[in-house]
Order: sequence, then structure tokens, then C-alpha cells
Amino acid sequence: MLLLALDTATPAVTVALHDGSRVLAESREVDARRHGELLLPAVDRVLAEAGRKLDAVTGIVVGVGPGPYTGLRVGLVTAATFGAVLDVPVHGLCSLDGIAYAAGLDEPFVVATDARRKEVYWARYANARTRLTEPAVDRAADIADEVAGTPAVGAGALLYDSVFTGVRRAGPEHQSAAALASLAAEKLAAGEEFLPDRPLYLRRPDAQVPANYKVVTPK
Amino acid sequence: MADSRGGPLVLGIETSCDETGVGIVQGHTLLADAVASSVDEHARFGGVVPEVASRAHLEAMVPTIRRALKEAGVAASDLDGIAVTAGPGLAGALLVGVSAAKAYAYALGKPLYGVNHLASHICVDQLEHGALPEPTMALLVSGGHSSLLLAPDITSDVRPLGSTIDDAAGEAFDKIARVLQLGFPGGPVIDRYAREGNPDAIRFPRGLTGPRDPVYDFSFSGLKTAVARWIEAKRAAGEDIPVADVSASFQEAVVDVLTRKAVRACKDNGVDHLMIGGGVAANSRLRAMAERRCEDAGITLRVPRPKLCTDNGAMVAALGAEMVARNRPASDWDLSADSSLPVTETHVPGEGGQGGSGHHHGHDHVHEVSKENLYS
Ligand SMILES: [Zn+2]
Repeated sequence: MLLLALDTATPAVTVALHDGSRVLAESREVDARRHGELLLPAVDRVLAEAGRKLDAVTGIVVGVGPGPYTGLRVGLVTAATFGAVLDVPVHGLCSLDGIAYAAGLDEPFVVATDARRKEVYWARYANARTRLTEPAVDRAADIADEVAGTPAVGAGALLYDSVFTGVRRAGPEHQSAAALASLAAEKLAAGEEFLPDRPLYLRRPDAQVPANYKVVTPK
Repeated sequence: MADSRGGPLVLGIETSCDETGVGIVQGHTLLADAVASSVDEHARFGGVVPEVASRAHLEAMVPTIRRALKEAGVAASDLDGIAVTAGPGLAGALLVGVSAAKAYAYALGKPLYGVNHLASHICVDQLEHGALPEPTMALLVSGGHSSLLLAPDITSDVRPLGSTIDDAAGEAFDKIARVLQLGFPGGPVIDRYAREGNPDAIRFPRGLTGPRDPVYDFSFSGLKTAVARWIEAKRAAGEDIPVADVSASFQEAVVDVLTRKAVRACKDNGVDHLMIGGGVAANSRLRAMAERRCEDAGITLRVPRPKLCTDNGAMVAALGAEMVARNRPASDWDLSADSSLPVTETHVPGEGGQGGSGHHHGHDHVHEVSKENLYS
């Protein structure tokens, strides 16, 4: 087994290669505005570091969000294209699950990432491997009662620490493809299901049907 | 690289606006032109909604690549290169195509060519009429652009002579169609009504045609307002709107200015032929008037078939093939999607071959295409 994992759903652009028992190489760069530029060179670097070629990969693992759309799509279209050319499966994972896995907690907690506009993407976990709720997008202030005191990880929890009062500052803050790949390897070994490689936007596009056209004749 | 058909075999990806286009060409020969459009999803918004377009590109990308390969009957491993629109266009939409093209080129081990959308609109004519004369004079008119370009070398030297200072020509069609309540997009429906109408019924203004106005620039905003006011006055007086006559007279004003300036540009620059591209090139009156005026001026007119005039992947492939044929450097793996890529940058060459370090642009102007939305 050789898994190439990538995730662009958070400010991190992260890529990892996993052989089924361990992570061979990983790249993590945090730059919310340059996902498009950074991803392919990172793939190239990770493969070179592990001394493998892309055509040896047996499966692609991709974080499907939720995340701000523009960056999220970079990872998804890259994964889908690799999958099509290499003719290998593309395994989707909720991006929050990767962060939860990296947190390694063995007690109930929440993962929250920054959804901008004072909102967070978040979900509840029973432990590092078990998500309890569908990922949601909410105004941080609106969920204060629900999450107060609960252990919390992720950039969203760090950003709104007055809401996520149980925030674990030690992290993880952003996504790590190594964690995502390790989780995927475990799930594959256990024969568990993955998500389709389609984006979790959780929001409708900002678009308004225009009212009737504006009259231009001066009053 | 060349087989019996001759020329480099290149796949081109175009996602600068609402069409997901994947084309395959071999030199000047069109092998496939697969397009998935999200235009229906935008219709109720009266214009292209960037986020809706980007989502549709992601959905359509891989299936459209597959469709193009099947249509062309070629194996991906036989390609000589992958070309992609690097800009100008909607930032989020471009990014889907650029990311896909990089992954595709990387996985196949082929060179990547990030190319300019406007130069591609010109180069597509090679698929219809063979090698472009050098220099080529081009009039590009669509919902996103209205430009007069002089191209001594389509792969490395494209010079902007003029462009619109406000609305693009196609945008004016969309807006007038809205005033007339004819739906979106406006170009085809206005063209249809205009055929039944009298182009001389109403004398609408011709923008930027005064003696002191810029010779090659366009303006359609004043025209749009004049037409809207004329219609509103009729409505206020309780009269019926003569839709056919308004359509014909409005269209006549647009087409008159476009062709007049294009012919003038040819004469001034000693160019004996003109190519017209972009979605508005499908307009029947533009084609007819351009034919007549070019003939009168001894200019050869080249207009590709309508499907090649609108945004498509074949045009990107056509320019990519020319890049390969002329040994232009490939792009790096960190190629950016650049919503305001100037037309003078016909392609985005890498700095030290693929895998090299960053490539950054210093320009900061905003291109007409990169406006967030096509309605105001
Ligand atoms: Zn175009």
C-alpha cells in the first residue's frame, strides 16, 4: 500500500506519503492564500524525499473539508485528477477528522477550524477516532453554551478561546496530511467506508437574484 | 512528436469563466472540443456568479477531460504537453483549471504551459483557417472582453491597441436584454429579434467616435443608458416597446463602432487581415458588417465558427501547441492562476524549468474580465 494524502481545507497546505505502516514523508506549509501555488511542489518534494514515484501510489486520500471554498477545491481537483490518471481510488475524509486524529485525545472533545465571517466549522468527537456529529458551520458566539468547558482543538478554537473555554493550546492547530494518511491507513485496514471525494461546503454560494433592473431615467 | 497529421499533440484546459472546456489539438488540427457549461445555473442571477462557476468547474473537470480524450481517440500518454488558461478571468474559477492541469501534467510526466486566455482566443483561428499571418490583427468581443490586439507573434508578442473603458460588448447585450426582459444571456436573443427589426429606426449614440476620442478604445456604457432611457420613456408614455427595432438599432450601434475601429486599426498598422473572436463574434450582424467593411478596405476577414469563438479548451490547446512548436519554455509547478494576467504576457514561463522556485508578477491593474460579477 502506498497512500498519497493531501488536504487544502485549512490554511495549511499539507501532503504526506504513507506505506500502510508508517509515514514516509510529510510537508506542511501554512499560507491561506497560496494553496494553488504550493500544493504541486509539495507533492513533488514529498515523493522525492521518500524516493518514490507518483505512479507507485495505490490510493489518494483527500480532506474534503469543510473549509473555505477556493482553497478546498485545489486539493479536491488535484486528488480527483491524480486518481483518474493513475486509475486508483480517491478516499475522502472529513478534514476535521484528521485534526481530531492528530489530537490523540481519549475523551470527548470538539474540533473547530476558522470558517471566517466570525464562524467556525466544527464537530464533536467521542475520542480521536470517533466523530459524533456531522460537521457544521456556526457563528462561534452562537455555540458558546454547547462547547464551554469541553476540550477543544483547532485554529477555530484558538481564535475564539472565550467561546471554546476548554481549548488545548498545545494543538493541533492546523491539518496534518500525515495524520490524515495514518487515519486512512487504519480505516483501510479495518475495511471502513470513506466519503466520496466531493467538497463539504456547508454554505450556499453568495449570490442574489437581482431585483428588476434599476431605472436609469433621472427623476 | 509529429505524426501524419503533423504538429504537437496538446490538451488544453479552460476555466476562466462559466465554461469548463477541454480541447485536444494536433498542431492546427482540432481533435476534440469538450465543453460543460454552467450558464443555466447563472441565468436566474442575470450574470455569472463566480462561486457557482467554480463549483461547477470542480464537478465537471475530470469527466470533461475523459470526454475530450475519448472524442479525440488519443491516449493521454501520447500528449506532448498540457496547456491551461492561467488568466485573465475569475480567480476561483481559474484556480480549478490550473490545479487540474498541474496534477494532470505531473501525473503524466508532461510539460505544463500556463497561457493567456486572450491570446488563446486569437490562436484558435489556426484550427479553422490554418497558420495565423504575422502580425495578426484581432478584435476580441465577449461578455468579458472588448479588445483590439496586434499580435506579431502569438506565443510571445501581443500588443493591446485598445479596449473598453467601461462595459464589455457582450455585457451591453446582456444588460439591454434585461431591460427588454428577454433573459440571459442577451447576445443570441437580441441577434434574433434584430433580424426582424430596422437597424435605422432609432439612432443610438456611438461611443468614443468623436474626433478627440481615443481611436481604438471602446465605450458601451453610454449606449446602454441611452437605450434604457428610450425604453423607459416609451413605457412611461404607455406605448408598446418595438422590441425588434430597439434590438436592431442597439446592435447596429455596437457593431458599427466595433467594425469601424477594427478596420481603422488594420489600415493604420498596415495589416491586411482581421480575425474576430469571442462570444460576440457569433453575432450575425457583426459578421455581415465586418465582411462588407473588410471587403471595401481590401482586408481579409477570418472568423472561426461560433463554437470556437466562445470560451473553450481547444483554443487553449491551440496556443499550447504553438508554444511547443516554437520551443517556448514550460511553466513551473507553482504556476499561479492570475485573474489580471496582462495580455502582453502570452504565457507564464517557468524560471528554471519545472520544479523551480517561485514566479511572481508585479502588475496590479485589474482586468475587465476579473470583475466580480457581470451585472451591476
Ligand atoms: Zn473569453
